[in-house]
Amino acid sequence: MSDNIRTVTDATCTFCGCVCDDIVLTVDLDTHSITKSQNACVLGKAWFKEHSIEERPRALIEGREASTEEAVEAAAHILADARFPVVYGLSDTTCEAQRVAVSIADMIGGTIDTTTSVCHGPTGMAFQAGGESTASLGEIRNRADLVIFWGGNPAEAHPRLFARYAVTPKGMYVPNGRKDRTVVLVDVRRTPSTPVADIFLQVKPGSDFEVLWALRALVKGRKVDPSVEQRTGVTLAVLEDLAARMKACRFGVMFFGMGLTMTRGRHFNAGALLALATDLNEFTHFVAAPVRGHGNVTGADNVVSWQTGYPFGVNLSLGYPRFNPGEFTTVDLLVRGEADAALIIASDPASNFPKAAIEHLRRIPVISLDPKSTLTGALSRVAFTTSTYGINVAGTAYRMDNVPLPLRPAFDSPYPSDQEILTAIRARVSELLGGNRLPVGPVGPSPARSAS
Amino acid sequence: MGSLLRIVNGRVYDPANGIDGEVRDVCVRDGRIVADVPPEARRIDVHGMVVMPGGIDVHCHIAGTKVNLARKVQPEDHRHDVHPRTRITRSGTGGSVPSTFATGYRYAALGYTTAMEAAVTPLGARSTLEELNDTPVLDKGFFVLVGNNVLLFRLLQEGRFEEFRHALAWWLSVTRAYAPKLVNPGADEAWKGHRNANITDLDAKIDPFNLTPRQVIAAFIDAANTLGLPHPVHIHCNNLGHSGNYETTLETMRIAEGRRAHITHIQFHSYGSVAGKSRDNPTSKASEIAEFVNTHPNITADVGAVMFGRSTSMTADAPLAYMLRQFGGHKWINADTEMESGCGIVPFTYQDRVYTNALQWAIGLELFLRSEDPWRMVFSTDHPNGGTFMTYPALIRLLMDREYRKQQMAHVNQLALDHSGLRDCMDREYSLYEIAIITRAGPARLLGLADKGHLGVGADADITIYEENADKEAMFSAPRYLIKDGELVIEDHEFRAEHEGRILHVAPGYDSAIEQVIEPFFEDYYSIRFANYPVHESYLHHHQLVPTVPGTPGAAAT
Repeated sequence: MSDNIRTVTDATCTFCGCVCDDIVLTVDLDTHSITKSQNACVLGKAWFKEHSIEERPRALIEGREASTEEAVEAAAHILADARFPVVYGLSDTTCEAQRVAVSIADMIGGTIDTTTSVCHGPTGMAFQAGGESTASLGEIRNRADLVIFWGGNPAEAHPRLFARYAVTPKGMYVPNGRKDRTVVLVDVRRTPSTPVADIFLQVKPGSDFEVLWALRALVKGRKVDPSVEQRTGVTLAVLEDLAARMKACRFGVMFFGMGLTMTRGRHFNAGALLALATDLNEFTHFVAAPVRGHGNVTGADNVVSWQTGYPFGVNLSLGYPRFNPGEFTTVDLLVRGEADAALIIASDPASNFPKAAIEHLRRIPVISLDPKSTLTGALSRVAFTTSTYGINVAGTAYRMDNVPLPLRPAFDSPYPSDQEILTAIRARVSELLGGNRLPVGPVGPSPARSAS
Repeated sequence: MGSLLRIVNGRVYDPANGIDGEVRDVCVRDGRIVADVPPEARRIDVHGMVVMPGGIDVHCHIAGTKVNLARKVQPEDHRHDVHPRTRITRSGTGGSVPSTFATGYRYAALGYTTAMEAAVTPLGARSTLEELNDTPVLDKGFFVLVGNNVLLFRLLQEGRFEEFRHALAWWLSVTRAYAPKLVNPGADEAWKGHRNANITDLDAKIDPFNLTPRQVIAAFIDAANTLGLPHPVHIHCNNLGHSGNYETTLETMRIAEGRRAHITHIQFHSYGSVAGKSRDNPTSKASEIAEFVNTHPNITADVGAVMFGRSTSMTADAPLAYMLRQFGGHKWINADTEMESGCGIVPFTYQDRVYTNALQWAIGLELFLRSEDPWRMVFSTDHPNGGTFMTYPALIRLLMDREYRKQQMAHVNQLALDHSGLRDCMDREYSLYEIAIITRAGPARLLGLADKGHLGVGADADITIYEENADKEAMFSAPRYLIKDGELVIEDHEFRAEHEGRILHVAPGYDSAIEQVIEPFFEDYYSIRFANYPVHESYLHHHQLVPTVPGTPGAAAT
């Protein structure tokens, strides 16, 4: 360790959707690395530790080293020539970069989609169907006396959700912290999160919807047949007890994760949970909160929404935004072989998309932006090395509860930010197209579509 | 940098300078109105057209966390109303909560150049500024929600008025707000902490604080006047939407005792009740409310008119939204913000056959028609709460065209008209001069924007030019030209340039010792760090700091 040490207080960790902003970083400016990250959880510590500066080419074009400028030129030509391109990712970059990414999609008439479409997309759809009752994490911390976690494992995925926001901290109206709260966990198996709970409901896999619907009935005073136990693995008595607790609490919250949104029922599950929380407001104050994964996936939802009106899966090929999950979500566009180019920002779909989608990515020109070497970078025609948001780059990230937070970079990176690269690409595409591309005649995969 | 322009042959309506339809030249240089320009300046002949300052919306909901939730929750409202991109402008979607780019373009395409977002949580200030930065053409600012702020309540109940004032100044400054906003003061604690209750009496205790809504309102009116803010405290009174609420509104205005205060969307606060009726249908008390405003020059108000059709109710008044949920259909959003605010959102359709909706429509018109001082009873629909800003041209026609008004009245619930006073004020028609006051000069004056809302030398060159038309709805639907900061943004009804607009904000001075009071509270109760709360200047982009004039209450309004 050198003497050239800098301390950054109140730094923001962008690893997960908790976006904790109380991290104290010790930075070695000689080695361009973070040697200590006080207050961070195990995931945050790894995030800060692993993002030092690596010796990587600034860009690769078809595997050959290139300058950023050459790569911008190549990328701009790919996007200007494409007829049905998709812009995807965005959950691990700043809102400032996300805004430019959406503007590129609008300029070229492409599709804009984010990792929401493969995590809490169903929650977004359920929200559109009925709304939600929700609250900022600080409100929950100060008031919630009944805290329910459903279909998630925060102890391993969002470690500080318990300690900083929802279970142990003291709050204005829960002055004794953990002692003033009843904690319930609902999951298909025991996990490292289970011990935190006063009450654990182990539901049979794939029966969350039935459990939620039975609770809705019980909350409304309807009869539920005891056979619910055979279907769900939870006895009627346990459900009745939980329903009574929900109605009796002063401020209740249900956190929920991908155990609901990515299993049988998907947006029906999320919708049932949101509806249950809404129903409970006839009796007491009750909120629900999706536990979001990536550091700024919530920012991506917000940016795409304010610029287009829709949260993800938005196509702009007709000259205006259209929303249709299943049609304009990236996995679907790729599996059907429709996208003819892809701009992938701060995401690694080649590591987690279905095989057929990855195969199509190999067939089309891909442009990727990432601080790290990734599988997506390896299959890209143009791959940029970028600096890391929150570590090298300032900007904005949204916590899972829609609270925007500023990022305090720890040290400079020799690599440009996503925003800088995207802004350069956008400027060059604009030159090539003469401004925004206007739809002419039929576009997209179906010859029947027209702009009129 | 704007161009050199000489606009000739137009009929100019510039009430702040007493110009009422006189044909005269308007000259523009470097983004401002000037007395003269050299001969090489571009001449725009606007014969047969009307020249006005750019429109100013004193109260609307166009950006921020709450607006974006309302946007996200209504894909069905966007789908039928798309906003295609052009070579130079971005695409978007419309409906009652348009996307940011569509919001800016559509306001501009109605002749507006300034708009004030009316309800922003301090915690959401950053996202509001990001969205406003993506809202083109317009100059814009926001009102920050402080009327249910827990720390401010604590200072008040302990009688620490000076610290309260410093803390308010701190909040306005660090969030980059334009004015303080009260919404149903005292109700949040009832809503969040007492099983979704509300507070209905100005003298009720705001449990657990030793404080009443009356004390809260008085303290904010006092502090805002002492700080010399360009716009005084902006008040959404208690009991919005409830039958009989006009008494609360009158009482709230009395609290001001001669000091400046702005009562917003006053239509929603002008309801009586039918005596002895068990079913509590509202009646109109527009006459009483208008009379009070007419005779109290310290009070300004915007109407918050209701227009029939699709709207979205979005408010920091969470109990109100919960009440509306039973009429609004199937979607409801509640969103609590720690220590600061509540929020409720309900998509809503006003129907002309429905008694209450027709009564609300009538009361809005009545307030306009009974107002004797257009400078202090200005134009708004509380977009999108009473109707979207796209209904403004139709509302202008209702005010200017008695026959059209009569035709429209024939279609609405007649019992509601019986319980309103609208039939008693049918003689009046607004003139173009008065329209220019309620949509331009008046809002500028009550906002304290000295360089806006008029066409005198030195004013911002924000100019709208409409083609004269007997059909005032058609006339105000599409200006032929829109000039923003001296730049021709719309020419011959088409967008010719992108324009970003500025953020308007205030930064009243405060004793920095107040941070030592605020910071420990953050440590204990907020979920973000104190250091990460103030909004950095980088979020402002182009901006204009509007000065405060401490110690001279009301001076900024002249």
